[in-house]
Amino acid sequence: MFNLLRNIKAKTRIMLTGDWLIVIASSVLVIFLFQHLWSHEHATTVQIRLGDTVYGTYSLNQQRDIHVKGTLGNATISIINGKARFSQSPCHNQYCVHQGWLSRSGQAAICLPNQLSLELIGETKHYDSLNY
Amino acid sequence: MQINTTINDHRIAKLAAFAIALHMLEAVIPSPLPGVKPGIANIVTLYVLFKYDFASAAWVSILRVFASSLLLGQFLSPTFILSLAGALLSLGVLWICMHLPRKYFGAVSLSILAAFAHIAGQLMIVRLWLIPHTSIAYLIPIFALAALFFGVINGLITHQLLNSSLETKLENKTDSASSTAT
Repeated sequence: MFNLLRNIKAKTRIMLTGDWLIVIASSVLVIFLFQHLWSHEHATTVQIRLGDTVYGTYSLNQQRDIHVKGTLGNATISIINGKARFSQSPCHNQYCVHQGWLSRSGQAAICLPNQLSLELIGETKHYDSLNY
Repeated sequence: MQINTTINDHRIAKLAAFAIALHMLEAVIPSPLPGVKPGIANIVTLYVLFKYDFASAAWVSILRVFASSLLLGQFLSPTFILSLAGALLSLGVLWICMHLPRKYFGAVSLSILAAFAHIAGQLMIVRLWLIPHTSIAYLIPIFALAALFFGVINGLITHQLLNSSLETKLENKTDSASSTAT
């Protein structure tokens, strides 16, 4: 009889106090991670890389087309009002062009065949300590 | 040549087989994002940890990783390394956290902590070896959310399993006691 009572008591208490604490703490952690890592900060500059070297860094606060000669041929990168994109590329799959406009910090478009890449950089570059 | 086995070995083998079966089941389920998986095999690890001891749980977990990677043809592939890293780190966390007072911290707590350790281990391997680029930071919140969600569910299932096994044991005892009395 006592066993039965104890069983019922144990069954009704599925979540213990510590369990709730852990659930709440981890929920807070998850929310913090979402806020911190998914920040939609607008970018201010675009960095163009050719192969393993930085080709140039340009402000997004302008309207211009940049022509870069990659390994395959000439590509055009357009900058308009805080956005940047590949507007023309000699690569045959055209993934880089189809990626469209990039405007947020941390976004990147990479054209592997032509060895060109764009990376948008905001006011503060996140997680630089992790980079090498 | 004969290997002398103990009852303990048999029990570990049986439980590891359970874990492998669950792992196989899970491998069939498609996932929207590679790596986001319920991790139902960890229920067995937790169950063993609560019911027996840490050494058995570690054996079951490691055997499960090796055997299921052999069965799926992923032995020594990146998938296997990721699986092993996750399992080892979550075992480490379980080893530390099993000393938390049982009165306040139950299966759900350990399940969540182990799930977080699991993704932490995997993401570390991904970051250091597979994709050495900062952009994987975007995936961390998704993995963390999945770890929390499935951690809670697995913990509740483990709790239920532990309770039901306790119940059957008690019932058997009272049954045998009453039968001997009559």
